[in-house]
Amino acid sequence: MTVMDGKDELEDQFVQWREYVRRRPELAESDADELEDHLRDSVDELVTLGLSRDEAFLVAVKRMGGLDDLSREFAREHSERLWKQLMFTGEPGDPVKKNRDLYAMLACATGAAVSIKVPALFGLSLDDIATSLSLFALPWLAGFLLWRRRPAPWVYGVLVALFALGAVVANAYPAGDDSQSIGLIITHLPAALWLVLGLAYVSDDLRSSRRRMDFIRFTGEWFVYLVLMMLGGGVLIAFLYGIFDAIGLHADALIEDWVVPCGIVAAAVVGGWLVEVKQGVIENIAPVLTRLFTPLFTVTLLAYLVVIGWNGRGIEVDRSTLVMFDLLLAVVLGLLLYSLSARDPRAPRGPFDVMQLALVISALLIDALVLYTMAGRIAEYGTTPNNVTAIGQNIVLLVNLAWSAWLLWGFVRRRSGFAAIERWQTLYLPVYAVWFWTVVLILPLVFGFR
Amino acid sequence: MRVTKDLVAASATPIVLGILAEGESYGYALLRRIGELSGGELDWTEGFLYPLLHRLERLGHVEASWQAVAGERRRKYYRITKQGRAELAEQQRQWQTVVGALKQVWPQFIPLEGTA
Repeated sequence: MTVMDGKDELEDQFVQWREYVRRRPELAESDADELEDHLRDSVDELVTLGLSRDEAFLVAVKRMGGLDDLSREFAREHSERLWKQLMFTGEPGDPVKKNRDLYAMLACATGAAVSIKVPALFGLSLDDIATSLSLFALPWLAGFLLWRRRPAPWVYGVLVALFALGAVVANAYPAGDDSQSIGLIITHLPAALWLVLGLAYVSDDLRSSRRRMDFIRFTGEWFVYLVLMMLGGGVLIAFLYGIFDAIGLHADALIEDWVVPCGIVAAAVVGGWLVEVKQGVIENIAPVLTRLFTPLFTVTLLAYLVVIGWNGRGIEVDRSTLVMFDLLLAVVLGLLLYSLSARDPRAPRGPFDVMQLALVISALLIDALVLYTMAGRIAEYGTTPNNVTAIGQNIVLLVNLAWSAWLLWGFVRRRSGFAAIERWQTLYLPVYAVWFWTVVLILPLVFGFR
Repeated sequence: MRVTKDLVAASATPIVLGILAEGESYGYALLRRIGELSGGELDWTEGFLYPLLHRLERLGHVEASWQAVAGERRRKYYRITKQGRAELAEQQRQWQTVVGALKQVWPQFIPLEGTA
């Protein structure tokens, strides 16, 4: 075909065009065939009208209209395909890579399930390794992500070092079983390690703010998947118990020692895989949930403020209420983050933005009341690992939300763009990492493992 | 003149089934035929035609197969089924009712512009 260069070039363009089409999960292979055939007919006709092959291709593609519109129409007729994508998307048109992803995930999930049984070989029960449970799941998930990302070699080094550090904290710190320090390590080490996992997630583009936003999305979706899988697992366990009970065998030990621990760590990896392969295929779940719950939380918090103002009742603060208010701030932040993550940055301001602002401000007001009372308490009773953590957590969240409120206010008033809010949230991620690592690494030392 | 979206949507099925009743055909040829029949006034997009064909296929009004006619590319041909013919007959009856009614209320074509 060397004689007909024009024709060769045209074939190249068809190949490229097909590649674009195949990226659309809505368009199946046979649709692509059909559309390509259509395009070729169109090109042929235009050529007979006197256009050159290149021109004809351009005109024909232009006539076909944007792929966005096209795939939307196809999606309407073939909505079921979107769900199938859950299982079968990978890199478009590359079944080998899809399968390799699947095998890598299976290897990592199996690795996680096996690794959690290793301590049992040394006679350690699950309670004995409570501090390091996350170390049996997250490194495997990180491994899967690294396998997909293939980052620079130093990233591997840093991740191994950080997970090793986590292992040291979990096992070598001489904190007593009843100490507050051990409780803090159990609750905060998973969070600290999750942010290490975040490093693996963004490892292919460390500075990109979009990538970090992707990690925030990933976190939400992963959590939703994990919860769903746990529900499914619960059903499985109920049947497992029931059917074996029917033949007079009690499966308690099997369930407690094998199914639950292995299932949970494997589910953590599978969840990560699901989020990775289904990216951009269906509307994400976490943002939908935030849309539902933002108004409800706003109303609840406003009602709470009104009640406090009405009968002048002060908040009775002890440590557990402070933890609750910390969690409340975290939930408000989560609602904010996930609506941000799904928001089209170019969309105009709407009532939902105002509602978010109301939500954040009411949360801030409530928290100011809590902190005010709490300060008095610390002055009275002195510091403990728990109340220092609770206060610190509160401050970390408060700073984020206060500045978010300011940015949201500017956004609603049309003074600043939406991008500023997004950038603030992604810039803040390392702050959480520093904070969680401070709690697990430094606080126990400072308080002498109390 | 532009035919409104609603009218295009309503007439799409009987038009496609009608053309396929003449003989099997494929997407590009269908679009050309529709253009011919309407004097170029009905300009369907690909994003409209192919999903419609797939829907008709799903409903069982047409069936499709990839065929290579001698000397041409392999193409996805659509042909009308027995059920499709029944559907076409039903649609024709409905359209005749509508057209008959319109003819009575519009005894003469209303002048398109400058009604007195």
